[in-house]
Amino acid sequence: MKAFTYERAADAQAAVTAAAGTPGARFIAGGTNLLDLMKLEIETPQHLIDVSRLPMAGIEETDEGGLRLGASATNSAVAADARVRALYPVLSEAIVAGGSPQLRNKASVAGNLLQRTRCAYFYDTSKPCNKRQPGSGCGALEGLNRNAAIFGASHACIATHTSDMAVALVALDGQVETLSPSGEARRFPLAELHRLPGETPHLETHLIAGELITAVVVPPPPAGGQVYRKVRDRASYAGGLASVAVAGGQVALGMVAHKPWRARTTEIALASGATAAQAIDQELAGASALGRNDYKIPLVARLAAAAIGEAKGRGA
Amino acid sequence: MRTTITVNGEARSLDLDPRTTLLDALREHLKLTGAKKGCDHGQCGACTVLVNGVRINSCLSLAVAHDGDEVTSIEGVGTVEKLHPVQQAFLAQDAFQCGYCTPGQICSTLGMLKELEAGWPSQETAPGAKPAFTDDEIRERMSGNICRCSAYPQIVAAIKQAAEAMA
Repeated sequence: MKAFTYERAADAQAAVTAAAGTPGARFIAGGTNLLDLMKLEIETPQHLIDVSRLPMAGIEETDEGGLRLGASATNSAVAADARVRALYPVLSEAIVAGGSPQLRNKASVAGNLLQRTRCAYFYDTSKPCNKRQPGSGCGALEGLNRNAAIFGASHACIATHTSDMAVALVALDGQVETLSPSGEARRFPLAELHRLPGETPHLETHLIAGELITAVVVPPPPAGGQVYRKVRDRASYAGGLASVAVAGGQVALGMVAHKPWRARTTEIALASGATAAQAIDQELAGASALGRNDYKIPLVARLAAAAIGEAKGRGA
Repeated sequence: MRTTITVNGEARSLDLDPRTTLLDALREHLKLTGAKKGCDHGQCGACTVLVNGVRINSCLSLAVAHDGDEVTSIEGVGTVEKLHPVQQAFLAQDAFQCGYCTPGQICSTLGMLKELEAGWPSQETAPGAKPAFTDDEIRERMSGNICRCSAYPQIVAAIKQAAEAMA
């Protein structure tokens, strides 16, 4: 691990001020992904600002009838919260489908959203990767790309976003709240947090330098049943090959793109009376695969149709 | 960096390079070698300890971030003369071969039983339901602890025996 300096932020404003004023600074909360990558020297921050003790771990009810999830609430705390389980079962199910209990006990809401891809070429520092080293090329394009994206990829990057939690939050119309170094607080849809890779896959979000996620606000749940389904190589504790979150008529797909993929085409088709299978087929008309990940297209077709059907059953 | 952590009930003050993980602080600085370094990447669970009563991977945590915390490692669970019921059950059920993963398995079990009691769901829990104490729930909840000798059936049996003894 490269050497770095460490500070525990006194408050959120001090954290963003320090982040903006210190070269190579990064926030750390649970650290389960960041420290892993620092050991491999894929991440080499010069300064860590610990935000894990800031008063941002609460889960509060909003005036609108939804919930505000504090950025440093642990994944376990969110999944186990009685209000989350009652209002947003899809979110609780998504969280417990990810990582291990020990990781979920440490990992934060914001850290989960900002976790890096698990693409093998991103992790292998002896291989080219435009995300790790811009301009070096993409080793995955003609390599072992079984888990590559089928939506929104570019010739520069075919990596996927691997969060389970984010897929459910995107399906639920979650909003991100942030604080900027200037002191400005803003709120925007979580679906607009992450970028598609384009020519700049090393830029993963639309956050500005030093901007800190302080909370995720979830609006009241849409009418209808909720389901999270995930397919992976092992029954537990494995990254996903594909996942789907359904909340009423709102659908998002996981591990198929550089960001959680809100399936708007599917939603429009469902709203106009298409069957689940027809609706997801319309979405998948825009998918493309590279050979080794061809299987993801029929997999998502079956997985999403099953989950939409199951959600309908739960909502009845 | 000066860091004070209460380890197994005793306040320990250390001067640490910020890079030191909690696992390395325990093993290299405090010579508490019960928690094991298996993968050092949070994949195997051999380093599992309890921090403020909650199980985490000590390899994926900076020691300096635990200033003021209370850590329980396997050395703080029972004594040679008086084993903890979970330790007793692992012995009785032959729940290990080489024993390398066992400290992590036992600390993980202690955290897991508290999580179950608090009603935390797992992917085996029916939506909205209180989790039941079934073999499937135990297996799922212990999935962050790998056993290279594959003593899994005996580990499940030991956890059931321990839970009964602790009830």
